[in-house]
Amino acid sequence: MSETLVSVQDMKVHFPIKRGVFMDRTVGYVYAVDGVDLEIKRGETYGLVGESGCGKSTLGRAMLRLNEPTAGKMIFDGQDFSAIKGEELRRMRRRIQMVFQDPLSSLDPRQSVESILIEGLRAHDLDKSKEETGKRLRELLSAVGLPTTALRKYPHEFSGGQRQRIGIARALALNPDLIVADEPVSALDVSVQAQVVNLLEELQEQFGLTYLVIAHDLAVVKHISDRVGVMYLGGLVEEATSEDLYAEPLHPYTRALLSAIPVPDPVVEDRRERILLAGDLPSPANPPSGCRFHTRCPWRQQTKCDTERPVLRELKPGHKVACHWAEQIRSGEIQPHEVKPILVEEGDGISPDIPLVGPASVTEALNP
Amino acid sequence: MALLEVRDLTVVFQRKGEEPFRAVDGVSFDVEPGQTVGLVGESGCGKSVTSLAIMGLLPKRGAKVTGTVSYDGTDLLKLSDREMRDRRGRDLGMVFQDPLSSLNPVVPIGLQVTEVLERHRGMPRKEAMIEAKNLLDKVGIPDPNRRLKEYPHQLSGGMRQRALIAIALACRPKLLIADEPTTALDVTIQAQILTVMKELVQDLGTALVMITHDLGVVAGLCDEVNVLYAGKVVEKAMRHPLFSEPRHPYTHGLLASIPRLDAARGEKLTPIKGSVSDNIPWAQGCAFAPRCPNALDVCVQVTPAEEDQLGRLLRCHNPVVPGTPAAEEVPV
Repeated sequence: MSETLVSVQDMKVHFPIKRGVFMDRTVGYVYAVDGVDLEIKRGETYGLVGESGCGKSTLGRAMLRLNEPTAGKMIFDGQDFSAIKGEELRRMRRRIQMVFQDPLSSLDPRQSVESILIEGLRAHDLDKSKEETGKRLRELLSAVGLPTTALRKYPHEFSGGQRQRIGIARALALNPDLIVADEPVSALDVSVQAQVVNLLEELQEQFGLTYLVIAHDLAVVKHISDRVGVMYLGGLVEEATSEDLYAEPLHPYTRALLSAIPVPDPVVEDRRERILLAGDLPSPANPPSGCRFHTRCPWRQQTKCDTERPVLRELKPGHKVACHWAEQIRSGEIQPHEVKPILVEEGDGISPDIPLVGPASVTEALNP
Repeated sequence: MALLEVRDLTVVFQRKGEEPFRAVDGVSFDVEPGQTVGLVGESGCGKSVTSLAIMGLLPKRGAKVTGTVSYDGTDLLKLSDREMRDRRGRDLGMVFQDPLSSLNPVVPIGLQVTEVLERHRGMPRKEAMIEAKNLLDKVGIPDPNRRLKEYPHQLSGGMRQRALIAIALACRPKLLIADEPTTALDVTIQAQILTVMKELVQDLGTALVMITHDLGVVAGLCDEVNVLYAGKVVEKAMRHPLFSEPRHPYTHGLLASIPRLDAARGEKLTPIKGSVSDNIPWAQGCAFAPRCPNALDVCVQVTPAEEDQLGRLLRCHNPVVPGTPAAEEVPV
């Protein structure tokens, strides 16, 4: 058994932007995920962070093939997960389960907890006998800290934290190897958030699970992950162990991100130096040339940054960074400078070079 | 006398055939010019209802507001609708959480800013447009001349929130109420907005009431902090003593349950057990008692009174002794 459970190779997900009423024409692409490589070892927690629109959720969904990736593959336990299909894919899905962000909308309001938990077992022929299934359900509920009376209840009867526990129990039911948790705690209040974070950690110890945790909250990710990958506009910009990443962030974006997170301690807050980023995240439909971050980077240089896309390279053992000038920034040779914010176009964000001829909808076609 | 004095503010929601619900239960606080006061708490603690009550934005039917909200000597709760409309936007500004739903989607940003200037300062449209441009510039919107003609959907989330702040500031109000102004935004954008707000308080001497659930934001911005739980202030202190020595078990538990960036790896979080649904009504004791690790018998029998302890207000029978680690989680 190899140490690596998941290996993602050059994963790309591009969503087409279509226009036209009778014949769909593709006028551009949203480059949601644009070439990501990562490896997750057995039993570890890999955290994926980034701001909204950076492609972290799309990457997670593409790995599970909830969205079909445009290019690249994912090797799961030595098998090419992106090549299999049909019955084989369905069987394989037992081993990769997902926990979603919003616990209310990811649970069917008309199914009781029992039926939610049994559904997966039935689909994978694990519902052999009544006694065995009953025992399994009770085990699951006690593992996630819910009373057995919960079985007959419906999702609306629970609080947010308890609903998320049901979602976790559903993912656990099939004895998966990998659990992909997409923003598992961001919909919860802080006091409840800690309960779910602790539960995820306990379950990992108990069942030897491997996690891919996707979240925007770097403090939460740092707390539960062994290794963290930081995403910006469809690509990984830095990858390191969680201690390393916090102790010595190498990519300018990670530095800015870390400095922007408020710490609940006025002593720390008063002393901190903030690296304020100028402007907004550029549109993934029209990403900047070269390094995706160069439009907002306070360390941007005259050469290379706007022409060459940096690759993820290992600067020190276990610490990878995608920046041309990482060494010089680290040694202090390059100092940050002021950045003027650049206008970011909202809306469809298609490159202005593409002519938008022809109607986009029936209404437009009828009223030219 | 402080600029804004809120005394014993109580909001009771009453629906036909249902038990009345006390969303805000005797909240009192003062705000001085140039000061930032925080109202912190989790969802359902009554922090947003407090702000709506101060602004007179609660529906007349169904919501009963009692207590006094005196602004510069006048009780806002006693003003007529017409008088209140004159004040809102001129003396009192408000920034809401979701900028997309609080901006009018079919009116360009420029008109939404000038509307306030024309209504309250009687400026002609042309002059107001120039002022609007300066305002957008001040809150850090690049290329304001173009942005004035655009509609809310054409702006990003951070830009919309800036536009909303610009509208709130148009008449240089002495008091600004910000209800979760950064919750819908990404952290790097949040840092930008918070910097803008900090500068405003410093440069214009605006009094700011900051409503948030994020203790990190409070730690960096507020002078005085009110921690709300189930409609009552359970602890009130200046920010340094509050964070270094939280005394109320709820504040203490809240701080222990937040993962901190500067914590060592492997440090376990200590959550507060249960959830808000376990609360008991304040009339029967302490609402937090069922979730409290320090609960005594007296906690479920007698409602704790607000006590002044060395410049800190505390509502607890058995406060946390400074320096104790958070209680271990009891399995539910």
